[in-house]
Amino acid sequence: MKFMRLIWVNLLRNKRRTVLTALSVTVALFLFATLRSVVTALDAVSEVGSETRLITRSATGITFALPQSYFERLRAQEGVRSVSWANWFGGVYIDASNFFAQFAVDQESYLAMYPEMAIPEDQKQAFFRERTAALVGSGLMERFGWSLGQNITLQGTIFPGDWEFSIRAVYVPEDPSFGDQMFFFHYDNLYEGVNGNIMPGWYVVQLEDPAAAPTVINQIDRMFENSSNPTKTETERAFNAGFVTMWGNIGFLVRAIGTAVFFAILLVAANTMMMAGRERIGENAVLKVLGFQDGLLFRLVLVESVLITVLGGALGVFGSKLLFGPNNFVNAFIPGFEVEWSTVLLGLAMAVTLGVVSGIVPAWQAMRLPVIQALRRVA
Amino acid sequence: MPLVEIKDLAKVFYRDSQRIPVFDGVNLEMEQGEFLSLMGPSGSGKSTLLHLLAGLDKPTAGRIVVGGADVTGMKRRQLAAWRAHHIGFVFQFYNLLPVLNAYQNVELPLLLTELTGRERREHVMTALGVVGLSDRAEHYPRQLSGGQEQRVGIARAIVSDPTILLADEPTGDLDAKSADEILTLLQRLNEEFNKTILMVTHDAHAAERAHAVMHLDKGVLSR
Repeated sequence: MKFMRLIWVNLLRNKRRTVLTALSVTVALFLFATLRSVVTALDAVSEVGSETRLITRSATGITFALPQSYFERLRAQEGVRSVSWANWFGGVYIDASNFFAQFAVDQESYLAMYPEMAIPEDQKQAFFRERTAALVGSGLMERFGWSLGQNITLQGTIFPGDWEFSIRAVYVPEDPSFGDQMFFFHYDNLYEGVNGNIMPGWYVVQLEDPAAAPTVINQIDRMFENSSNPTKTETERAFNAGFVTMWGNIGFLVRAIGTAVFFAILLVAANTMMMAGRERIGENAVLKVLGFQDGLLFRLVLVESVLITVLGGALGVFGSKLLFGPNNFVNAFIPGFEVEWSTVLLGLAMAVTLGVVSGIVPAWQAMRLPVIQALRRVA
Repeated sequence: MPLVEIKDLAKVFYRDSQRIPVFDGVNLEMEQGEFLSLMGPSGSGKSTLLHLLAGLDKPTAGRIVVGGADVTGMKRRQLAAWRAHHIGFVFQFYNLLPVLNAYQNVELPLLLTELTGRERREHVMTALGVVGLSDRAEHYPRQLSGGQEQRVGIARAIVSDPTILLADEPTGDLDAKSADEILTLLQRLNEEFNKTILMVTHDAHAAERAHAVMHLDKGVLSR
C-alpha cells in the first residue's frame, strides 16, 4: 500500500493520456457487456419455446395467413391434444418508437397452452369475458405506467384504424426470457373489426407427447402439401430459434466485433504503457540506484497498467449494468435482455487481463533496465 | 579495518568487438568518516568507479568490500537490497522525481524499509531539517531552485543513514553560490554526522573541501 501513492502520481502524470486510455477501455467494455448480454438474451429467447408445442405457419412465409379450416383438420391429427391460433397485429401506441409485440389470439385455447404466463384467475376471467379486453405483460405495464382497467388506443398499421382496448389482466412470465412486454387481445375483436376479412397467422399445436413431434410435424406438413396453402411446422423452440437467426448470425457477429474491439483497445493501452515506460527510463534507473528491486519495479508498472484498464473497464461494465438493468427499454425488442452480474465480473476480469497484457512489456523493460546506460541519459 | 577496501580493481568495456579498458589494478582504502574527492579528466573512469562502488556495475576483475561486505560477490537482487541500506547517491542533475514533492522524494528510500508511516515521517523531516528545507517539504522540484533541488537530493541520499555517500559531481550543475552551499553541507555531514563521502568532481576548488584529493588518470589512481 505504501507504493500506491507512487503508482497513483505516475498514473496522473499525463492526465489527458490516462483519461483517454481509460475511456477507450470504458467504451470497449461497455460494448462487450452490452453485446454479450444481447447474445445471451437471444440465446435464451431461442430456447424459451416449449418442445411440446408446434407452430404451423404458411410455407410461403410468416406473413402469409392460413385458412381457418385448418383448425379442425389439425385438431383431428393423431398425437395432437389441442390447437390454438394467433395473429400479429403490429399497432402503434402514440408513437412508432413505443414498439411492443401485439397478438390477436383465440384467448381461451391460447392461454390454456401457455402456463408460462402467471395470471390471477379473476383477471383471466375478466379478460375472457370482454371482447375488447387486453392481457398485458407486467413489464409493459410498468414501461408505460398503465393500470388495470385503463383504456388504451392502438393505431393499426396492418389493420388500419384506431383500436380501443381495456386492460383487464396482467401476466407475469415464469421465465424472464418469455418476455413481459407483450400485448394480447381477442382474435374475435380483430375479426369483427375487419369484417371477417382475416385468417389466422399461425397455429399453435399442443402435443400429447413431445417425443411424437417429428411424426406429427411430418403428418401435418404432408397433409397440406398439395393444398393452395402448404404449411411449415416446427417445434416452438425451433421456430423461436429461427426467428432469432432471421437477424443473421448475431452471435458470430457480436463475438467478432467484440474480439476486434478488444484487440484494438489492447493496442491502445499497450501503446500508452510503452510511452509511459519510455518517458520514465531515467526515473526507473534512479529508483534502482536507490535500491528498488527489479521485481518491485515490474509490479509497480504492471499495477499501474491494470489500474488504468480496471478503472476504465469498471466504468464501462457498471455503466452498461446501470443502463441495462432489469426492465430496461430494450426488453420490448429482446425479452429478458439484461446485463447480468456474471457479465460484469467477466468484464472486470477482461479489464485485468487487458491491463496485464498491455503492461507486461513495459514492466519487463523496467525490470531489465540497464542502470548504467539509463543513468548516462540523465545523470 | 577500513570501511571501504578496493583491491586490484579492473574494468573493461566492450563495444562490438572493441575492447576498451578503463582502469586496471586500482586500489583504494577509505576509513569511516573520511571525505575524499576524486578528480580526473573526462573518460578517466571516475563515474565508473563510483558505479562499481555502488554495486550498479560489475568489475572485470578485483574486489570491493564495503563495511565488511564483498560487493563484487553479490547477485543483482542482493545488490539492490544492499544498496538500499548502505549507499546514498547524489547525482549531478539531482534526479528528483518531478511528480513527487520534496517530502515524497526524500521518503522514497524509506519505502523499502519496514518503518511505519509515522517513523518515515520523522526520518524525512529530520533529513529535510539537516539540509535546511523543512519549510519546502510540500514543494515540487519545479518550484525549487537548482541548489534547493540538490539539497533535497542530498536529503534523499542521507535519509536511510547509509554507510557511505557517493556524490557524482554534485555541484556540476550549480552556480558558484549554490555550489558553495552544497559543499558546505557535505562538509557538515562529514564533520557533524561522521558521514563517509566519496565525491567525484571536475572542480579543483570543490575538491579541496575534502580531506584528500584522489586523481584518476589513464587508469591510475593516485593521492
